[in-house]
Amino acid sequence: MTDASPVAARGLVKRYGELVAVDHVDLTVAKGDVFGYLGPNGAGKTTSLRMLLGLIRPSDGSIKLFGRDPLVDGAKALEGVAGFVEGPRFYPYLSGRRNLRLLSAYDDGDSRSRIEEVLEIVELRDRAKDKVGGYSHGMQQRLGIASALLRDPRLLLLDEPTTGLDPAGMRDMRDLVRRLAGQGITVLLSSHLLGEVEELCNRVAIIRKGRIVYEGQLRDLLATAATGYRLRSPEVERAKALLLAQAGVSDVQSVDGELRFQADEDAVAALSIALGQARVGVTALVPETASLEELFLGMTEGNQPATTEAVA
Amino acid sequence: MIAAVGRIYEWEVAKLLAQKRTYLGLISAMLVPVVFVVVLLLQSGGPNDVPLGRYIRETGLAVPFVVLFFMSIWGLPLITALVAGDIVASESHNGTLKTILTRSRERGEIFAGKVLAALTYTLVVVFAMGLVGLIAGSIAWGFHPLTSLSGSKVSAGHGFGLLVASLAVYTLPLAGIAAFGLMLSTITRNSAASVVGTLMWALLMQLVGVLPGTESIRPYLLGTQFDAWHGFLRTPADWTPVIRAVWVCALYIAIPLFAAYLVFLRRDVAGE
Repeated sequence: MTDASPVAARGLVKRYGELVAVDHVDLTVAKGDVFGYLGPNGAGKTTSLRMLLGLIRPSDGSIKLFGRDPLVDGAKALEGVAGFVEGPRFYPYLSGRRNLRLLSAYDDGDSRSRIEEVLEIVELRDRAKDKVGGYSHGMQQRLGIASALLRDPRLLLLDEPTTGLDPAGMRDMRDLVRRLAGQGITVLLSSHLLGEVEELCNRVAIIRKGRIVYEGQLRDLLATAATGYRLRSPEVERAKALLLAQAGVSDVQSVDGELRFQADEDAVAALSIALGQARVGVTALVPETASLEELFLGMTEGNQPATTEAVA
Repeated sequence: MIAAVGRIYEWEVAKLLAQKRTYLGLISAMLVPVVFVVVLLLQSGGPNDVPLGRYIRETGLAVPFVVLFFMSIWGLPLITALVAGDIVASESHNGTLKTILTRSRERGEIFAGKVLAALTYTLVVVFAMGLVGLIAGSIAWGFHPLTSLSGSKVSAGHGFGLLVASLAVYTLPLAGIAAFGLMLSTITRNSAASVVGTLMWALLMQLVGVLPGTESIRPYLLGTQFDAWHGFLRTPADWTPVIRAVWVCALYIAIPLFAAYLVFLRRDVAGE
């Protein structure tokens, strides 16, 4: 059971009458992944996460969390799983610490001894005695992480954890997620913030209008968008001559005092050696790639239908 | 499972104790008999047209019985509805339902904890009102033997025992109202609608009971069961209304609770 993938969703569908909020979504999150679940608002991210956490029943398809099906195994399927959707919610009339005690009681109760530890991790120990009603949004987000950590999770499901936070709060939250991932916790993180996903995640799925349009390694996604290389040199003409003579290099153009060209990685490696041997100075040789944002917008905007070919 | 429900129950009670509306109902229930006694002290005569009303100045023991009669119309149903109608709906409204449903407890266990907490509140309110009524009445008129509904005297100690039994039986129809409130709370996910709906249900039950032509169904109406305790105050005790109250109320409790349970088990928790 523990060897199973943290998340394996197959053919997940959620219909609300005529509306198909999630349309045959397949998701696989492997151990150790920091998995970014990207999509514009209303694309179906939160609905997917709700289904994963057993809050709503799929209209069709199956979910396995570490091999357990929430529909069959009930709360047992959430063993080792923690997180929140649409922001964590607590009892405003109880203190942060009492909220955690309450949630510990809704677990097996053994986690009560870890309350101080998790409060320390999210840096809320000083405010733990205050009522949650007086907490800022950022503090409630951190308390949400603390409540998740109480369960000693192997999988964290976080729905837009930095939404509504100020820049410092966002940075702290990302640091926290990075730290937790570094401790071996698998993270599934939904977000519409591309920089956040690019910064934190190794794998991504992009959802558009309820359908997955890409799932795979982030670096593979970015590599598909490689558009060429730029080279800067004090001796542009000599460099250009070498470029034109180099096998595997094509489309060499001079633009604004620099050279742009297409090449595969082997050709670029050979070129750099040739430039060195010819004693042609190089001030920059950089790959040009589309940003994740450009890729994301290309996949999630416009009228082109979601295609299974795009799914890695 | 019992241990898990016990832990959830404990925290459901803790949540109730941390909310103002809980005290609003409880304090109201305790104030009513005090106000009642003060008003009676300020005027002569008494509520002669209600059970034990004519003996109210003979012993403080009569006060809680008389107050039970008045509070059954809408006072205690309202207080019960305030908590039972809110106990699930407020979790939906505040978004905390998803917080507790993503922990390690089954939905059925959480539901059971909430039911027990709502019923506990009902029981506490009734007994708190009875106790305060007894104390206030005893201060005003002493703790003396009680004249039963059959006209015979019962000792103060025996009368106290009858009071406890009466309060327990009186709690049964209130538990029926609480169950209905819990069902509305689960289905509507709206506290105000659940509280008002529950109160309307309680008043409707009372209204149907006084309509002409309803004599045949009257013994099985929820409102009628509020008078079941009269059986204890007859000599000898008349168990018929008490036994009927037990099974009739059991139905009024079980049916809405079962419906609420099924909804709670299968409901989608989205956007709440």
